[in-house]
This record gives sequence, structure tokens and C-alpha cells, in this order.
Amino acid sequence: MSSTIASEEKDRTWPELGACRVPAWVYSDPDLFKRELETFHYGPTWSFIGLECEVAEPKSFRRTFVGTRSVLITRDAEGEIHVVENRCAHRGSPLCWEQHGKAEDLTCPYHQWTYDFAGNLQGVPFMRGAPRPNPGMPRDFKKSENGLRKLRTHIHNGTVWATYSDETPPFEEYVGPEILKLITRVFNGRELRLLGYSRQMIPCNWKLYFENSRDPYHATLLHSFFTTFGIYRADAKFMVSPQPNGHEFIYSVLDPTLREKRSEVTDEMKTLKDQFTLHDMDVVSPVDEFEDGLISSLQVFPSIFVQQHGNVLALRHILPKETGKTELGWIYFGYADDDEEMQSRRLKQGNLVGPAGYVSLEDSEVLAQVQGVATSTPDSIQVVEMGGRDNFEPSETAITENLIRSFYKFYREKMGF
Amino acid sequence: MKDKNDAALRQDLRDFYEDYAGALDDVRLEDWVGFFADDAVYKVISRETHSQGLSHATIYCDGLAMIRDRAAAVQETAVFEPRVLRHFVGGPRIISRDGDEIAVTANFLITEALFDAEPQILMMGRYLDKLVERGGDLKFRERLAVYDNHRVRTTLVIPV
Repeated sequence: MSSTIASEEKDRTWPELGACRVPAWVYSDPDLFKRELETFHYGPTWSFIGLECEVAEPKSFRRTFVGTRSVLITRDAEGEIHVVENRCAHRGSPLCWEQHGKAEDLTCPYHQWTYDFAGNLQGVPFMRGAPRPNPGMPRDFKKSENGLRKLRTHIHNGTVWATYSDETPPFEEYVGPEILKLITRVFNGRELRLLGYSRQMIPCNWKLYFENSRDPYHATLLHSFFTTFGIYRADAKFMVSPQPNGHEFIYSVLDPTLREKRSEVTDEMKTLKDQFTLHDMDVVSPVDEFEDGLISSLQVFPSIFVQQHGNVLALRHILPKETGKTELGWIYFGYADDDEEMQSRRLKQGNLVGPAGYVSLEDSEVLAQVQGVATSTPDSIQVVEMGGRDNFEPSETAITENLIRSFYKFYREKMGF
Repeated sequence: MKDKNDAALRQDLRDFYEDYAGALDDVRLEDWVGFFADDAVYKVISRETHSQGLSHATIYCDGLAMIRDRAAAVQETAVFEPRVLRHFVGGPRIISRDGDEIAVTANFLITEALFDAEPQILMMGRYLDKLVERGGDLKFRERLAVYDNHRVRTTLVIPV
């Protein structure tokens, strides 16, 4: 361990057994939180920014975040997308106070410095002083050198990504071929239709949320709504695959006959509700719109979880706020050419996920609890051995913690533990 | 309902809204279902989504069957920290009357007490409702609960 790390944080040593152990201080140390943002969010990674259809009109903008920094996604008069910091180059006031909107240019409310949608400084009031002949700005002040901070931007079939770093490899290389294939399965070039937002503030460290959605083991046990309807069960066919750069994907093959089947697997599930049924089965009766029978999810580290649960298409935007506070922004979408039946199906199945989701509400409940314990016992150590202590390989069963281990293998390398 | 004078109707509405809030305070969700007409639409929706005219809702029930399912799923399958909620409803105001339907709005505020934390405001917003009379009783044909919170605090378990 380098001396810099020791001076910034307490003298932290990772447990000897490696990635199959997680020390609870990773969830509660504020110095570590700052270093994670620098290393990951402001480092050589592609962060999800938004969907192109969220800024559909020319001369429009929308606020979002990279890490804890406020950024703007804009579309200029020519239709081109830009991502800039929402921070005036003059005195640091946010330019846009509205969450989204249309404007002629980006004007800072504080001193009315104006920028174009690409972030170039256009105008400085009283540039030459007032009343004349006061000096105004120095003669060598160059507007071209005082624009907004611009982020490198990449667009992939309607999704917008940005990075602070010049070192970030091209997007396709950063996500890798397998993730690219799965992203492109959902973002396949069809025009998107924005359906809406549900946001949550979860009192937990951002990594806990990432780990929860890399943990198919819990999903087969905690979420009895899923297991009851055979949507996500341990006896389904799975692919649980760690990917380079902290990414991962999980898919399962949806088998409608599972619901009726009992096996050694169902015997292990204490919460399975045999008698529970629904009056409106549309919620748990997806149609196979991608014609591959899959329920799929993937993470592009460090900002986004892309999910296709049946016909719910959603992005979970994971925004760290503080060590023990994470915003989870759910962005729901469909395709512009969805017929009415499909639109209705997406909205109905939306009840499965989100802050009030039959399935997802349990995740935020559990994570809030775990954070409290982790904070009060920073020296406690969590056990991540399901599937094998040193197993970082793809798995064909959901009963594995290979994705969490793989994440901590990656994390330790990048953070120097 | 159109025969009723405004004062009598307002009193009925106030009782109806307070009874609704009481059912949720006590988590009597079977009773909660009884406040809706057979063809009712019930949605809990973020202001962010509603103000843009978008169709997603955090809770989306199209028809009484889905409202029943919401009640049953919360009570029978969901795992969540025990909590006590209080629902405060402002006096309902009649916005318009159209045939047998009246449009009503009211503010709501919900507090939440968890086991070892101070009580806090869970959510606030306003109801945008359409009510009808069914068998002499008021029922919601449409209830939109539009919440002001930009972010739901942790989780929304009990309907609004």
C-alpha cells in the first residue's frame, strides 16, 4: 500500500482472502468515497448521460450528473448533442436551474455570461467596461479560453455517454464486444420513446447498489414475487458473466412452464407463495419481443444498469451523492413505433420495478438496512464465497457471487488495495 | 350527485377523503380497494413525469384488478422494514362537474415513522381525481397522486 493512501485514509488493509471478502469500511469511509469518484467517475470511464430523446428538440438542455458534478446534455440548433459542466467559467454558478428546457443560449443568471450549446463563451456583459472609459476585462482576456468545461461525448443508438478523461479508450473498446452486443439488442437503432422517470434516494453506498444488481443469488430468494410467477428462478437457465473494466451481464431464459414446476430448487425457497395469484396477469406475462426468450440486464461501470425485465425497458442511473447516499434514477422507455398494446404492457409491467416495484422495493429496503450495519461495524468483513472463493468465471447458475468477486478484484487493482 | 348542493357534496367528499386516509394509516388495504370504481385508474406519478405529460407511473393500476393486485402483493409478498405512516389530506376542492363525474383536487402529506429513527416526511403532493357515485357511495374513477418529491425516500410501499 502506498503512503499516499495511508495518509488520506486510515491504514486500510484488505482481508487476506482477497476478493471473496469485503471489508465493511468500503461502504462508509468518506475519504475513500472521494478517491473513488476521482478514480472512476472522473477518470478513464464512459458515464451514461441520458437518452437522445430526452433532448429531442434543437436548442434544448437537460441536467444530470457525472459523479456528484452537475452536467448538461444539450442539443444545439443544428441538432448536435454536447455534454458540458453546468458551471459558469466565471464564478461557478450553475447555468441552468431548470431541470430541462429550451433556450436561445446558455446564460448564467449571476452575471449573464452567455455560452452556445457546445459550451463556447459568446458574451461577457461590460466586456469593455462601463461607463466608458473604465477598463472592463483585460485586453488579453480571450473568450475562446473561458468556455464551459466540455466532456468527450459518444452516442450509441440513442444513448449518450461522456468522459472527463482523454485516456478513456473508444466506447466500443471500453464496454467490450459482449456488452456492446447486449446494449445493441435493446438500443438497436429503433427510435426511442421516453415513458418517464421514478427516482429514489437510497441511504446506502453506491457500491452496495451495484453489488445488489450483480447478485442473482439474492434475486432467487428475496424476491418471492418473481419466484412465485417463475420469472426469475434458480432452476431457470442463466448466464452470469463478469466482463472487463467492471462491467457485467446477466440473462436468464424465461420459461412460462416453471411456475407450475416443483423441484429441489423450490424446496429451498422458504418464501415461495404457492397460492398467490393475480387478477391481472399482464404484469407477469411478457411477450418475447426480442425473439430470443431472454430476460437480460447489464452494467456499464460506473454509472448505469440497463434492464429488460420482460417488456419493461429501464435504465437505472446510479448517482453517488455521499458515502451513504445514492440516487437511483429510473428512466423508462419504449420504442416510438410501439402499438397501444405494447405501450400498455410496458406501463403495467413497470409495477415490477422502481421505488414501488413488487420486486425492486425490496432491494432498497435491504440496502438501507445493510448500510446501517456496515457503518456501525466498519471492521466487519462480508463473505462472498458462493460459487467458489477464487471463481471469477461466467456461471450458468444464478446461485453464484462471481460478479461481486469480479467487481472487487477490479476495484482493488484500480484503488491500489 | 348533481342534485346535491355544494355544501352537502363538500361534506361528503371530506368524509370520503378522510376515510381513505384512515384506511391507509391502518394499512387496511382490502378496504382501500373499496374506494375505487370497477373501471378505475390509479396512478402514483412523479411531478417530473407528470409535468412532461409522459405516461409512466411509479404505481400504475389500470382497472380494479390491478388495484386489488397491488394491495395483495404488498401484504403477501413484499419484504420491507416495519413502518407507521400518517396521511394528512387537505380539504378537497371541486374543480368541475361533467355529467355524473366530478373533478376534485386535494393536497396530501405523508409522514413515516420507522423503528429506530425520528419520524420524517415521506412524501407530499396533490391528488387529481375524478369521482362518480356508485350505489349511493362516492368512488374514484380516476385517482392520480402526483408527488412533489424529486426522489422517493428509499421506498414507496403503501399506496398513496
